[in-house]
Parts: sequence; structure tokens; C-alpha cells
Amino acid sequence: MEFGIKGVEYNFFGHSIMITQTNIVTWVIMAILILFAVTVRIALKNFKDVPESKFQNFVEAFVEFFDNFVTGVMGQRNKVFVPYFMSVFTFLAIANMIALFGIRPPTADINATLAFGIVTFFLIHITGMRVHGLGHFKEFIEPSPIMLPIHIVGELATPISLSFRLFGNILAGLILVELFYHLMPIFLKVGVPAFLHAYFDVFEGILQGFIFTMLSMVYIATKSQPSHH
Amino acid sequence: MIEAKALVLACSAIGAGIAMIAGLGAGIGQGIAAGKAAEAVGRQPEKKGDIIQTMLLGAAVAETTGIFAFVVAMILLYANPLVELLTK
Repeated sequence: MEFGIKGVEYNFFGHSIMITQTNIVTWVIMAILILFAVTVRIALKNFKDVPESKFQNFVEAFVEFFDNFVTGVMGQRNKVFVPYFMSVFTFLAIANMIALFGIRPPTADINATLAFGIVTFFLIHITGMRVHGLGHFKEFIEPSPIMLPIHIVGELATPISLSFRLFGNILAGLILVELFYHLMPIFLKVGVPAFLHAYFDVFEGILQGFIFTMLSMVYIATKSQPSHH
Repeated sequence: MIEAKALVLACSAIGAGIAMIAGLGAGIGQGIAAGKAAEAVGRQPEKKGDIIQTMLLGAAVAETTGIFAFVVAMILLYANPLVELLTK
């Protein structure tokens, strides 16, 4: 039973780079999403004010759902984040569910989830600096300068907890399903794993993508509130 | 006598088991979240959708420390850094 990530090593001008399963699957999911976006763009000139085709209905429902969702959590002033969170949620939902096809999900790799966590970290602080200027850093010294290390650790805990929550949940599902397949007799391997897949891949996948997106939105929204000093 | 690598592997296995005691906190936290959500639905049945969404959010955040413990256990069992340190 092998739980590691397989990859190939390449040499570029003396530096060695590893291209892993995660990279390839991420590129495939990106290709699917980009293809969908380009299709919508090309079909955009045939869209009418009152939708007639099912495709236009679907696209409008999709965009409107995320518009209401994101502005509901973050407020109308943060409308600029809607496309980013739409992409993140769609990518995470597809990436977590791809285990249904027997492919190891890219989010079962700590590198992928940590990348998302670090992007959220930078979004939080850049938004804070845009809204509050340099006063954003003054709050680290708030009650007294002794609190500075505690605040720094608290801020660093945000991307780490976000990324490890996603990574741990998806990896746990992966290991449990693989253990089940490895240890059960053959008559239990047909039909019964469907319930495990339905819970660990579909429900947990969408739920964890939703949690990651929702927590990122809440962190950014609290930092972007104009303060009244 | 006990050789060094066997000792490290045995203690890693025991450590992985002890680490999973953190599942206790996750279970209790999520149970309390579900209980409060059930209470809230009983009080206001027409807001069931919002309450369920909030409950799932709170439960997943409460699960985080259990997941941290799981990751530690998996690292100890399958990607043990201490054994590599030993054979350096």
C-alpha cells in the first residue's frame, strides 16, 4: 500500500525539478476550466436579455450564485473578490472529487493546499494595508508591544490551519478508502465502497472546498472593515 | 539488546496511537455544535437552511485539531523523519 506521491525528476541547467502526479492532474483540471471559460466567452455574443438556451441559464445561475454568496459574506464593497473565490471554489470542488475516478486528488498534496493558503495570507494583509495604510501593522502592538510575538504566531496560524485542514481531510478520505479496498474480501468490494466514496469524495470534497472559501472570505472581510478610531 | 532502529519504530507507532487521542476533542466539539443547531432548528424551523450551513462551518473548524493529530500520526507511520535521521 503506497501512500506517497509519484513523480519524475528533470534537470534544467543544473537545477533538478520534480514533476509529480499533482502537477499533471492540476494542469488537466486547469485545462478543463479554461476550456469551459473560453466556450462561455465564445457563446457570449449569442446570449439574449431573456435567456432562451439552457446553457445561458446555467451560466447565469452559476455566476449569480457566487455573486450573492460572496457579497453576502463580504459585503458589497468587496465585489472585486467574486471571480477569485468563484475560481477557487470550483477548482477545489473538482479537485477534491476527482478521487471518484481513481485519480489521486491534487489537494492530497500539502504543496497544493499550502499554495492556496499562502495566497489567502497575502490577500488578507494586502487588503488590510490597502484599507488601513500602515495602521494595519499598528494593531499588532495594540495592548502592549509584548503582544507582538503572539500576534505574529496568530497570523501565521491562519494559512497553516487553512491548508492543513484541507490536506488532512482529503488525505484521510484517501487512506480510509484505500485501506478498505486492500483489506476487504472481494464480494464486499462491489457496491459497498459507493457509500464511502459518496461520503469522503463528494460530501467532504464539496464541504471542505466550501469551508476553505468561506473562511478566506471571512478573514479578508474582517480586515477590510474601515475602522473608526 | 534492543537495536536503535527497532526502538525508534516502536516508539513512533506508540506515538501515532497516542496522537489520535485528540479525536476526543473533535468529537465532543462537533457534537456540541450539532446539538446547538438542533436546538435552533427546533426554535425556528423556517431558518433550517441557514442554520445547517452555519453548523457545517462550525463543525469543520472544530474538526481541525483532530485533523492536525491525524497528520502527525500519518507522518509518524509513513514518512518517519526520525528513521532517516538515524541512518544518516
